[in-house]
Amino acid sequence: MDKMPRWADVALIPFINLLLALVVSGLVVLYIGESPLEAMAIMVRGSVGSAYGWGYTLYYATNFIFTGLAVAVAFHARMFNIGGEGQAALGGLGVAVVCLSIPWPHWSLALIGAIVGAAAFGAAWAAIPAYLQAKRGSHIVITTIMFNFIASALLVYLLVNVFRVPGSMAPETARFAEATHLPNAYDVAPWLGFSRSTPLNVSFVVALLACIGVWLLIWKTRLGYEIRAYGHSQSAAVYAGINPVRIIMISMLISGGLSGMMAINGVMGEAERLVIDPVQGAGFVGIAVALMGRSHPIGVFLAALLFGMLYQGGAELEFEMPAVSREMLLVIQALVILFTGALDNMVRTPVERLFLAMRKGS
Amino acid sequence: MDFATLIQLLDSSIRLATPLLLACLAGLYSERAGIFDIGLEGKILISAFFSASIAFTTGNVWLGLLAGIASSMVFALLHGVASITFRGNQLISGVAINFLAAGMTVVVSDSWFSLGGRTPQLETSGRFQNITLPFAEQLQGVPILGPIYHDLISGHSILVYAAFLIVPLTWWLLYRTRFGLRLRAVGENPAAVDTAGISVVRMRFTAVLICGVLCGIAGAYLSTSLSAGFVREMSAGRGFIALAALIFAKWRPWYALMACLLFGLLDATGSLFQNIRLLGISVPVQFMQALPYILTVVILAGFVGKAIPPRAGGEPYVKER
Repeated sequence: MDKMPRWADVALIPFINLLLALVVSGLVVLYIGESPLEAMAIMVRGSVGSAYGWGYTLYYATNFIFTGLAVAVAFHARMFNIGGEGQAALGGLGVAVVCLSIPWPHWSLALIGAIVGAAAFGAAWAAIPAYLQAKRGSHIVITTIMFNFIASALLVYLLVNVFRVPGSMAPETARFAEATHLPNAYDVAPWLGFSRSTPLNVSFVVALLACIGVWLLIWKTRLGYEIRAYGHSQSAAVYAGINPVRIIMISMLISGGLSGMMAINGVMGEAERLVIDPVQGAGFVGIAVALMGRSHPIGVFLAALLFGMLYQGGAELEFEMPAVSREMLLVIQALVILFTGALDNMVRTPVERLFLAMRKGS
Repeated sequence: MDFATLIQLLDSSIRLATPLLLACLAGLYSERAGIFDIGLEGKILISAFFSASIAFTTGNVWLGLLAGIASSMVFALLHGVASITFRGNQLISGVAINFLAAGMTVVVSDSWFSLGGRTPQLETSGRFQNITLPFAEQLQGVPILGPIYHDLISGHSILVYAAFLIVPLTWWLLYRTRFGLRLRAVGENPAAVDTAGISVVRMRFTAVLICGVLCGIAGAYLSTSLSAGFVREMSAGRGFIALAALIFAKWRPWYALMACLLFGLLDATGSLFQNIRLLGISVPVQFMQALPYILTVVILAGFVGKAIPPRAGGEPYVKER
């Protein structure tokens, strides 16, 4: 018998967690001497109050869907892939290599090529930690952290010494060819009111497809069943004939590939070149998104949307309330991770007791 | 390389190894007691900020140090509550603490000083001064040993000497006292410790708080000794290098000293020489920066001696009912 109804687990508890995170963030804003309610209003208005705001909100959400799904897939196999940042950076490298080395005739072909490149590079960067976990028992959290740092050093080296445009001081690649330019929301649907320079592009559709793909994979395929079985009980899974090495490798490769695919949005869709820090912390936001979304694609989508709003709203907040700096975002993000992840039991235990007491009473 | 450059390189290595060493020993206490801590970075950062701000406002560096330690201990306590009391995931709690520190330091410093995430430059009284050891001046003229004593061993801040003294102290505490035995046992087999009538929760909280104190000193060293004030993200991954050093040292104090000195040397080499030629191949500076991480992965992979973490590490202890 479950201790509480399913809706409480998937909706009520994340909601309480989020509320706690927002209340504590509000206290910080209050301490700075600004009104938390007003700050909230600015953030909502700035993120979803205009087509301009929506463009950025959904652009950020696209990044977070990819990194959130990446963390979620690994979570299903009970692995904590903290290396999204490095895998996404390598994904950016994959996109750059694909876009710069092949003269693409049309953006749709370039997009497919870039997806393959980004996913392959991201997966490759996850493959070494995965192999070391599967075969040598090295803790995946530590190795993926190390690989984040190695990735950033590698990227700096490549951008300064290999990809830099001759004669330019900026450590970035050349601009991608015009043919690889991904249509943005203005190109696709000008009647929606997006401006010509909106960052929202077709990668958003790819992200939605990735959500569906992950849902199918985890709940509708044999492999997904094996991944979940392994995540629930490793000994039972091994007893049932599931090969742990295979599950660890495959789930981490998928996870790394999804992280890498984030780069089609930022590197190909928006910057159209590879810069020194193409990920901007989105790999870490994926952790918060996956935790909030309970590792379910629908949850990940909603949580990514919420974090997209926070990021765009936070930019507006910095503009309209200069006393509150942009790093307030990091505080909110930290509190969401803290309350939904680490302090989950603090909320869960009393709520469970409450439901048990209600059941006894009725 | 001439002798003077070598001394300069080693001197700089010691300065850069000190924060690593303090953080590494901090992690050692926590992880030996079975609490993984990837939040070392955040605790260093928050302490660096509070040390510098309080040292600036009061003009007293010791008050700054105390404030830094206190702030780091608050974060350590948070980690303890999440991972011991509420049995949450220790890794996720660590991630949250790192972000909380990265965000809070900038938000609060903007509100206090409005300097874009920095604290004002610290004056002399707000910083730890370098100590000249006895007879350093007189012995300076002695060949070889003179410069070693004067430039390398003498002339560091008190926190450097403290950090190096904490190594034997930790060894003694861990391997020669009842407390140390219990601390190690709680990380290997908490049920046995519990059976012996010792509170697992209390031991683990003690370890986590010691970790907070040491991270606090590391942060204070960064902002009031190594540099003169706080800048955003000034911990710059040192918490993670310390974690790497801890694995490299296989959770043992003397080896932690060696690992931190090695990583300090790598750091110093990278910043002192932009171009290093080894056997005719020029080694890029980025490779030097990534080397601690690469070495740690190699160690973790077990190709050069296996690093086995404390057995109960990362798992919350649930008393049988």
